[in-house]
Amino acid sequence: MNIHIDPHSWVRAHADYLYAYTRARVNDEEQARDLVQETFLAALEKINTFEGRSSERTWLTAILRNKIIDHYRKKSSVLLNADVRQAEDEQTGFFNPDDGHWNSEPAPKHFGIDDYDPLRSKEFDHILMKCMQKLPALWLSVFTMKHMDDEATDIILAELKLTSSNFWVIIHRAKLNLRACLQKNWI
Amino acid sequence: MGALDKITHNCKHATFLIEKKLIGRLTLREKIFLRIHLFGCGVCRLYQAQTTKINQMIRQLFLDTTKHDVKLTDEVKKEMQDRIEDELNKN
Repeated sequence: MNIHIDPHSWVRAHADYLYAYTRARVNDEEQARDLVQETFLAALEKINTFEGRSSERTWLTAILRNKIIDHYRKKSSVLLNADVRQAEDEQTGFFNPDDGHWNSEPAPKHFGIDDYDPLRSKEFDHILMKCMQKLPALWLSVFTMKHMDDEATDIILAELKLTSSNFWVIIHRAKLNLRACLQKNWI
Repeated sequence: MGALDKITHNCKHATFLIEKKLIGRLTLREKIFLRIHLFGCGVCRLYQAQTTKINQMIRQLFLDTTKHDVKLTDEVKKEMQDRIEDELNKN
């Protein structure tokens, strides 16, 4: 066994990190905990494949990432996207159905975000996270893979089995709901 | 409705193109549509500014993942480590 790897200290050293990583991507505490636990157990099984070329944490995170993608896949097929339909309903009133013009009430207005410097202050992170976690599982997965992990679009299409037009519709719809949620909840 | 009105009124399509532009490429036709639309539409210009900022916030949130208050309880951690020890002892 490689000297740089020590399962006895995994939880102490990495569990909070891996859990936070998961919670930014999975909107369910219990499932997030399970994914972290499964990651540790899966890592044990293939501990011999750890070559010390990356850090222990990077290696564990890569295993976790694959587990999260599996989870997204399962979840979006199991739910039959009932949560997607609900999220779509939320935005039916955003635009005039005839010409696509913003309806006045949900239209973008100036709010705190306009003079907020995301690089300097962190106070709105929890609102952002709450709003992200209201997104349907499939949207959240597309969204985080693109915006957080900066994954190439064709990899996302292949991993989540989406067409390119699906992908762009999801990117658009997810952002419409997210922005509306921020405008509504920003204090 | 004239062709120009179809462009200037269609904020739904304009916001779609704004999102596409942020992470991909627009065709020439799409670029022209968006330019004409944004020229006359302050609301979508505001949308563009806000959505760009949201992307920055998300990126920052990701970078700060570890600094979050999102933490496991000691109880859960103990359970997790116990499962690992069980597996180690099996071998």
